[in-house]
Parts: sequence; C-alpha cells; structure tokens
Amino acid sequence: MNQPIWYALIATALFCIGLAGLVINRHLLRRILAINVMSTGVFLMFVALAGRTGALPDPVPLAMVLTGLVVSVSATALALVLIVRIQHLHGCVEFPEDDA
Amino acid sequence: MTKSDPVRLISVVLTLLAVAVIGLLLAWAVFTLPEQAVGLSSMVSDRMPESGVNAEVTAILLNFRSYDTLLELVVLLVALLGAWYLGKMHLSPEDTKPGLVLEGLVRFLVPVMILVTGYILWLGSHAAGGAFQAGALLAGAGVLMLVVSREKLPLRDSIQLRILLVAGPAVFTLVAGALVLVDKPMLQYPRQYAGSLILLIEAASTLTIGITLTLLFAGGRPHRGD
Amino acid sequence: MTPFDWLFDGLLGITMLWLGLRAVSGTVLLSNILSFIGLGMLMALAWVRLSAPDVALAEAALGSGVTGALLLAAFNRLQSDKHSQGKHHDKE
Repeated sequence: MNQPIWYALIATALFCIGLAGLVINRHLLRRILAINVMSTGVFLMFVALAGRTGALPDPVPLAMVLTGLVVSVSATALALVLIVRIQHLHGCVEFPEDDA
Repeated sequence: MTKSDPVRLISVVLTLLAVAVIGLLLAWAVFTLPEQAVGLSSMVSDRMPESGVNAEVTAILLNFRSYDTLLELVVLLVALLGAWYLGKMHLSPEDTKPGLVLEGLVRFLVPVMILVTGYILWLGSHAAGGAFQAGALLAGAGVLMLVVSREKLPLRDSIQLRILLVAGPAVFTLVAGALVLVDKPMLQYPRQYAGSLILLIEAASTLTIGITLTLLFAGGRPHRGD
Repeated sequence: MTPFDWLFDGLLGITMLWLGLRAVSGTVLLSNILSFIGLGMLMALAWVRLSAPDVALAEAALGSGVTGALLLAAFNRLQSDKHSQGKHHDKE
C-alpha cells in the first residue's frame, strides 16, 4: 500500500460514514452535513487516485474536483435556504419516519 | 407517528450492516487498482504550449474543458436564483453591534483580502491559483463585511448588482460567441490570444463568484433599490 | 516513504475519520457543524500531501470556509426562528 491507496481507503470510509449518517439521521441539517461528508469522500478519492501517477499528479481529476467543489457549495447553499424556509413554514426540521 | 424504539434500533442496525457491506466492496475495488497508473498528464503536457497558460489545472479548466467551467458558473447562478425566489434575505437586525475586535479586524483584513484576491487570480496562469480560489476569497471578504454590519456592504437589487451577478457566464458566452462569429469552433481560442482571453474570463468569473457566494450567505433576495 | 510520512498520513487519515463520525452523529448540532469545518481543513492538508495545491486552496476557501459560514448562518437562523415561534406559541 502506498500513500494514494491509503487516502483512497480513507475516502471510502468517509463515503460510507456519510451514507450511514444520511440514512439514519432525521434532522434535515444533519442530512445536509452527511451529504457533504459523502462528497468530501468522493473528492478525496478522485485526488488520491490522481496521485498514483508519480511525482506530478494527473491534472484532469484535479480540475474535475475543482468544478465539483463549486457545484457542491452551490447545492449546499440552496439546500440550506430551503431548510430555513421549511423551518419558517412548518416550525420544525426534524421529521420522524411514518409508520408503514 | 414515530417509529417505536425497537423498530428504529433494528433499522439502524440494518443500515449499518448494509453500509458496511458497501464499504467492504468499495475497499476491495480500491485494492484491486494498480498502485501506479498512467493518467492523462502526458497528453495534457504535450498540449500546454497552445493553451496560453503555464499551469496544467488552469489550462484544463479554462481551455481544454472550458465548456464544463461555463456550465459550472451557470449552476452557481441557478442556485442563487433558487435562493432569491424563496424569500428575502436574513441578516442580523440593525441593533446588534459587532464586537470591538471583529470590527477592527475587518477594517484591516478586508482590503488585504481584496488585494490577495487579485494576486491569486493573476497567479493562476503559472502556479496554483485561479478564478475559483480568488472568488472564494472575495466571498469571504463579503461575508466578513456582512457579519459586522449590513450597512458595510449594502446589498440592493439594482442593475449594478445584476450585472455583477451575470458577468462571469456572460463574458464567457460572449467570448465563445465571438469565436463562432470569426469562423472558429466554439471555445477554441486562437493561440496568440489564449492567455489574455483566459485572464479576461477569469477576472469576470472572480467577481461573479464572489458576489454570488456573498448573496447565498445572505440567504435570499435583497431589497429593491438603486 | 519514510516512517515519518507514514506517521503523518496515518494520523491525518484517522483524525479525518473521527471528525467525519463526529459530523454525522451525536446530539449537539453545533458540534456537528464544527467537526465538519475541521474535516474540511484537514482535507485541504491531505490534498497538499497528495501534491494538489490548487485543489487544497479551493477546498480551504470554498469547502471549509464558505460552506462553514453557510452552515453556521443557517444554524443561527434555525435557532432564532425556533425561539420566535416558541414565543408565539406561548402567547396563544
């Protein structure tokens, strides 16, 4: 195992942590946080696998991660505005599951 | 109706098991990857002389894959439009006074941040940097000013604000359109103008990214006015 | 790869996992947000280790800075909205 593969494993674990957090949590803000943890894992995976090409990393995945970061920030911003609106209209943002 | 506690416990355990299986599959996939790989770096470095800049990532973002960057700027704008139509912006009420340290710090820090924004923008042509990092720094300066007092950065829904908001994608689209008019394929910059066109597009994008992220922080539509 | 490299990368990775766990679990929402901001900063460090300085700059500014500011602002608005709605219910 070398350095990029170690970071790729960390990225896998982060992705799984985010996924579990997304499904289990009921508070909407925590769900947005879990989605962001998942995307953090995905970006780390991209950059880690780009680092396998030796001293100079492969620049194409790095450019993709830059684009992905900006898109992720915009999506998070819109989701947060939606959450604040939901709190204003319904009075709560923690939605327990319904019975079947 | 909420799920009862044993049912919720079972669903949590099942979720963790499923996620553990997914994680193991992904880890196995990572282990079967080769430790060294040949990426696209040789293909990129061969084409660097015709890109107009000296940094690979900037060349890819603004020349080789510039269409993706154009659409990304539009995504930012669309997110802002979504937030714009959901309601007015929420900033702290007029009577909250910021702390003394914060106000003094902002007075010193914001001009420095604007200066460093310009530096990082220029740096993108030959080292790590570029429009997105510079735009994010500009947004940080805007957020700092908004946090101290909403009057330090009066946001009004005016024509100047709207011009700033669309400057990035508009300049990008104009460059692409101008190239089509001169009978070249869209977004294929002529070699001797590539560097200047990239700098022009990056400068407009920095302004747009900065003001868009600041408005997204404000969380909604600013008041009408000029 | 010197042992120091291994120690640094190993500690960085394990701390990122711990912060990731703290970001999605627990009861205090503010500590989730702060753990996420810390995770973003450590990610920037990891990317410098992987020789990707432009991505590290962008992550530190956008992913950790701007996203952190957005999250804290939303948290603040949620709290104040809950308080004002609580006052309405008390008055009725």
